[in-house]
Amino acid sequence: MSTELTESAVPPTTESSSDPSRRTFIATTTVVGGAVVAGGLIASPLLGAQEAAAAEAPPSSRVRLTVNGKRHTVTVDNRTSLLDLLRERLDLPGTKKGCNAGACGACTVLVDGQRVNSCLTLAVRLEGAEVTTIEGLAPGGADGELHPLQAAFVEQDAFQCGYCTPGQIMSGVGCIQEGHTGSKDEIREWMSGNICRCGCYVKIVRAVEQTARGK
Amino acid sequence: MSPQPQSAVGAPLSRVDGRLKVTGKATYAAEHDIEGVVHAVIVDSAIGRGRITGIDTRAALAQPGVIKVISHLNSPKLAYRGNPETYDPPGNKQLRVFQDDKVLFRGQPVAVVVATTLEVAQHAAELVKVRYDAEQSSTDMASAPAGEPVTYARGDADKAFASAAVQVDATYQQARAHHNAMEPHATIARWDGDKLTLWDKTQWPIGIQKDVAAQFGIPIDSVRIIAPFVGGSFGNAMRAWPHIATTALAARETGRPVKLVLSRRQLYFGVGYRPSYEYRVRLGSDRRGRVSAMVQHLKAETSSYENFTEGVLHAGQMVYKAPHVRQDYRTVPLDVNTPVWMRGPGFATASFALESAMDELAHELGIDPIELRRRNEPEEDPSNQLPFSTRRLRECYTVGAREFGWHRRNPRPRSTRDGDWLIGTGMAVGTYDVLRSGAQARVRLNADGTALIQSATSDMGPGTYTSQSQVAADALGLTMRNVTFQLGDSTMPTAPPHGGSQTMINVGSAVQDGCDKVRLQAIKLAVEDKDSPLYGADADDIVVRAGRLHRSNDPARGETYRQLLARNNRTHLEVLGSWTPSESRHSMYTYGAIFAEVAVDARLGLVRVRRMLGVFDAGRIISPKLADSQALGGMVGGIGAALLEHTATDHRDGRIVNADLANYLVPVNADIPDLRGIFLDGGEDLKADPIGVKGLGEIVYIGVAPAIANAVFNATGRRVRELPITVEAML
Repeated sequence: MSTELTESAVPPTTESSSDPSRRTFIATTTVVGGAVVAGGLIASPLLGAQEAAAAEAPPSSRVRLTVNGKRHTVTVDNRTSLLDLLRERLDLPGTKKGCNAGACGACTVLVDGQRVNSCLTLAVRLEGAEVTTIEGLAPGGADGELHPLQAAFVEQDAFQCGYCTPGQIMSGVGCIQEGHTGSKDEIREWMSGNICRCGCYVKIVRAVEQTARGK
Repeated sequence: MSPQPQSAVGAPLSRVDGRLKVTGKATYAAEHDIEGVVHAVIVDSAIGRGRITGIDTRAALAQPGVIKVISHLNSPKLAYRGNPETYDPPGNKQLRVFQDDKVLFRGQPVAVVVATTLEVAQHAAELVKVRYDAEQSSTDMASAPAGEPVTYARGDADKAFASAAVQVDATYQQARAHHNAMEPHATIARWDGDKLTLWDKTQWPIGIQKDVAAQFGIPIDSVRIIAPFVGGSFGNAMRAWPHIATTALAARETGRPVKLVLSRRQLYFGVGYRPSYEYRVRLGSDRRGRVSAMVQHLKAETSSYENFTEGVLHAGQMVYKAPHVRQDYRTVPLDVNTPVWMRGPGFATASFALESAMDELAHELGIDPIELRRRNEPEEDPSNQLPFSTRRLRECYTVGAREFGWHRRNPRPRSTRDGDWLIGTGMAVGTYDVLRSGAQARVRLNADGTALIQSATSDMGPGTYTSQSQVAADALGLTMRNVTFQLGDSTMPTAPPHGGSQTMINVGSAVQDGCDKVRLQAIKLAVEDKDSPLYGADADDIVVRAGRLHRSNDPARGETYRQLLARNNRTHLEVLGSWTPSESRHSMYTYGAIFAEVAVDARLGLVRVRRMLGVFDAGRIISPKLADSQALGGMVGGIGAALLEHTATDHRDGRIVNADLANYLVPVNADIPDLRGIFLDGGEDLKADPIGVKGLGEIVYIGVAPAIANAVFNATGRRVRELPITVEAML
């Protein structure tokens, strides 16, 4: 099954825009990187008002990737993270944005079977990748049978608010696949990239352990 | 009336919304699929105090996809009427977005960029150039003047302290802490004519509705708040923080639905936090450990524009029976955004100071810490002479000491070792208010034998959906799967804030009332219906079980709701349930005793919690499986407060230097050992409310930090009077 997203993520260019050039591309990305550190105060000398007035459409790329078994061809603004692609364009908000900086694990998905922070993964580098999100984990689909780890989370009450839960579960699936479930201590260590602010760690460990043993 | 059999309440059921949460189908604020939505990003001030002298938006506006940049230069004036029912600090002094050129703290919204995509909005926000006339900001509580105190006194505490045989005089510091719920605060705003709908992260749909209506000067019913799922909050989502008005304004000015999600960094100044505190305690006692005097001086930070105070004084007035107590509580206005309640508000802060001081006194006297507390246990509330509705703290001590193995403890500090690790144990008491304010719930029993219950409450994680369904299922005599509880919509019947552990007390009592009334309506219908097998039966003798009405002593004689309603051509029975608390003639609190074992690396100073037990008197427990999760989660939060959490500000420019989750440390999985929570059995408190609950989300957190601090003292002989207890403090 394949879908072609017809709408473009790239906003229409303005009349004043000129042809893209390598120089403005570099200048723009430099400011993006620098501004993260500098905050809103310091204007970059690289991007004065005159230069900005001629800003072009942001560089975009066409990417083919598979998400939850479904093939997509999308044109993405090169700045788009996998997380924002999932949440804002592919209607898959099950993957959560907690910190957008790789520190909390709420955005954990599997890319080619490996758990990754989707907030730190640019969508443009995922050509040909297979992505699995929480929405694609249950073998029976949304209304069918749950993945054993999903069922274990419900049974153990391994969540409260539920916001970190998709990331915890995807990370737990990765943890089990990696074989890092030899002891409670090992699970704790290898599940420590996923923050649960409601404090459900004891039960998250139980759910991962139960699922790993049932494998 | 015959008591309904209890089958759902008290049963260890799994969450009714569990499947939605583990499949990613629970919809949080930013995830509602709103046609045509565009994205907003706030530009926050880069100075700590001063004035905006210019805003250059040309570069931002030149970005393809940018729709509008709003700042005080082009924003319309908003009404900002006062809302008499607000929970904001008094005086309607809330921050008013884009209304003038003043900068009151670093991070204040100074502009908002609206664009067609998130990437463009984020980039354009960085291109907005703001010029300032900066002044030196004041953000350090230690070097700023305090305001007039709030005071309390009974007896003559200064005289009693001066003449006491044994004295403890210690000052405890607690760092500013941020809630850091996993879901960032987020709002989607859409105007349909003059009607505003907000999909918002909130613990209080009704409160936000009224606050936003007042901000925009529009009728209350012109605003609708929708919040079916809340990704944690811990007290931070009960005010209409500036980003909400910002989003609504952006939507009105652009004529588009607008989505705004605060970045993790912006959550450190865009919403609230627990203020830093300094709490000096002077305890005077006789040699047998009877505390005669407690003198307490408190100081907390607040903003320059609002005076935030919280219930930090109660505990120091009523946990122990000291006849002489004096308190003063001052706030220190600083160039910061306004603080707010955070889990265990006030009481957790007080608990660290009071319970540390009691531990210091116990050590000074050579009396076991539990025994010292027993000797100061009051028989009535010493602050108002009211009897306690229930106070089972002694039982918490007994059960806790037994289950924790307290008798094995060596009271001499630095006396237990395990290799490089110094081992110690400690305990502390927690207390929290029972907040009774009333609520309503609509109960509708359908002809198909299902029921729908609605109340404008919230579920930030404790499990409101599940526990209210349990109350309703038993009161209606239905199975859980035939009951649906809905919340998170301001068009539903009113409910108090989902915070301060008051949801089950108030909403639960309203649900019970509505369901009782519907059940009694059905029973009346049956006993007056000649065609019912229950015709002529005594209504008081009828119970309902699994949707079937029957006589309590004759299960064979009866019929189902479905049969009854169908025969009477009723599509449904509906009642607005409500509960209004009567004036209290009792002192009502929850209680807990927390026990902790820590290991401190003798050379590195690293503190690790090895095990922890909490024993709680929280009244009747509706949903034991979920209550247990809260108990463990409260302890995890307390471990964070004790050992990790500290918002650090650079006082030179007012910048928060650790405004992210990599540098603001919270507990991770590897920090947490096996934990255990026990709720005392048979604790229903019918003086508190009709369903006998006292609330539990706060009490499970309070007392955790001092129990750990006291254990650290037992392990090392070092008394740390500042939270968090860092490695630096141990070296």
